[in-house]
Amino acid sequence: MRNEASVIRTRGLTKYFGAKPAVYELSLDVPRGCVFAFLGRNGSGKTTTIRMLAGLEQPTRGTGSILGCDIQALTPEIRARIGYLTEEHQLYSWMSVQECGEFQSKFFANWNNRIFRGIAGHFGLKSTAKVKDLSRGERAGLCLALTLAPEPELLLLDDPGMGLDPVAHRTLIESMIYLTRKSDRTIFFSSHDISDVERVADYIAVLDRSVLRACCPLEKFQECVRQVRLRFSGAPPALPKIPGLLQSIRTENELRVTCAPYDGEAEKTLRALSPMEMETVPLGLEDAFISYLGERGEKTFILSEMEAQP
Amino acid sequence: MAVKFIINTGSNTPIYQQITGQARLAVASGRLAPGDQLPSVRALAEELVVNPNTVARAYADLTREGLLEARAGRGVFITRKRKVYSRAEGWRRLEPLLDALIGEAMVLDFTREELRKAFEEKLGQWKHPKGGDRNEE
Repeated sequence: MRNEASVIRTRGLTKYFGAKPAVYELSLDVPRGCVFAFLGRNGSGKTTTIRMLAGLEQPTRGTGSILGCDIQALTPEIRARIGYLTEEHQLYSWMSVQECGEFQSKFFANWNNRIFRGIAGHFGLKSTAKVKDLSRGERAGLCLALTLAPEPELLLLDDPGMGLDPVAHRTLIESMIYLTRKSDRTIFFSSHDISDVERVADYIAVLDRSVLRACCPLEKFQECVRQVRLRFSGAPPALPKIPGLLQSIRTENELRVTCAPYDGEAEKTLRALSPMEMETVPLGLEDAFISYLGERGEKTFILSEMEAQP
Repeated sequence: MAVKFIINTGSNTPIYQQITGQARLAVASGRLAPGDQLPSVRALAEELVVNPNTVARAYADLTREGLLEARAGRGVFITRKRKVYSRAEGWRRLEPLLDALIGEAMVLDFTREELRKAFEEKLGQWKHPKGGDRNEE
């Protein structure tokens, strides 16, 4: 990844609220022209990161640049090349859909009204409808149209799928794919919808309790997380220390071990337990993600006790 | 002949592999014949609602395997001459599928004779463009 090709670059970016770090030592490079998904559980620091990138929040320490400009000194020219969609969908409630477009267009030299009307149309918005009468999904659609119409070089979308019904959701994803028509466009979005991520993302970054845990091409993440099922004739032996262990599940005669990465060393350690059978299974993106961010350590599922409940 | 790709998110199989798998199957079954055109990367990406890079990656893999070729300015086509895997690699890929088939048949209590008969019958229904003999190319 060449530095000059990065549209977003942070080094040690850190934000404290009081004594608690919301984002800790984040170093990230987002290459130009990619769709980059920013993942993590609620409260992991995604919104704070995006707000810092947009110049709305001062970092406690560390540095960041966006389109080559220091995030603490964003000029109006740079801001005009960035489309930022917030979680809150802030709009003037007394404006009509059309008035919102006209108002927003004044701030952008490249305003493309066809895109605005196209996306608003896909979300079923009438141009005369007042913002205060719109549903949550309609407001989300209007905000998306307002964000995309200036054809920004870089899009920062903070959970754009939140509150959308499945049809509106699909429209959102189609809009994102439409935007990649121009190969130098970069989309940086946070999301909880793993199937969206699977459809559109080239790269993912995973934030876990304020700390960046993974940052790689999507398929590499999926290839990296593996579950190994080991069967034993009796009770499984205690699990030795395994590099990259995320989770292990123990049943009467089976051990299911999830590792990232699952490499030669991990395999050797598991083989040394001499199981009767040993099988490696790939995980779907959602399972991979959940084992990556879920609780670490060993779990035991004793089915007989659960079944005893009427 | 056109082929309809169907992708599933949430599968253990990454999307690009779903596309390559379906293309291989369509060629093997004769639903796609040499000279047939596939949609452009952009068109298929928009149809399936996936990142164009994912489709491009699938097409690149199929091209490397000799199943697809890009003709400059005209599009992407199924190749006339299909380079196949080495015999050994072919077996390596086929064997787990045979095991799965036979295993499932045993679980479902089919006899060996029933399985052989069904297999022959099915084989008769598939029209491979090359008559199934790879040396004929």
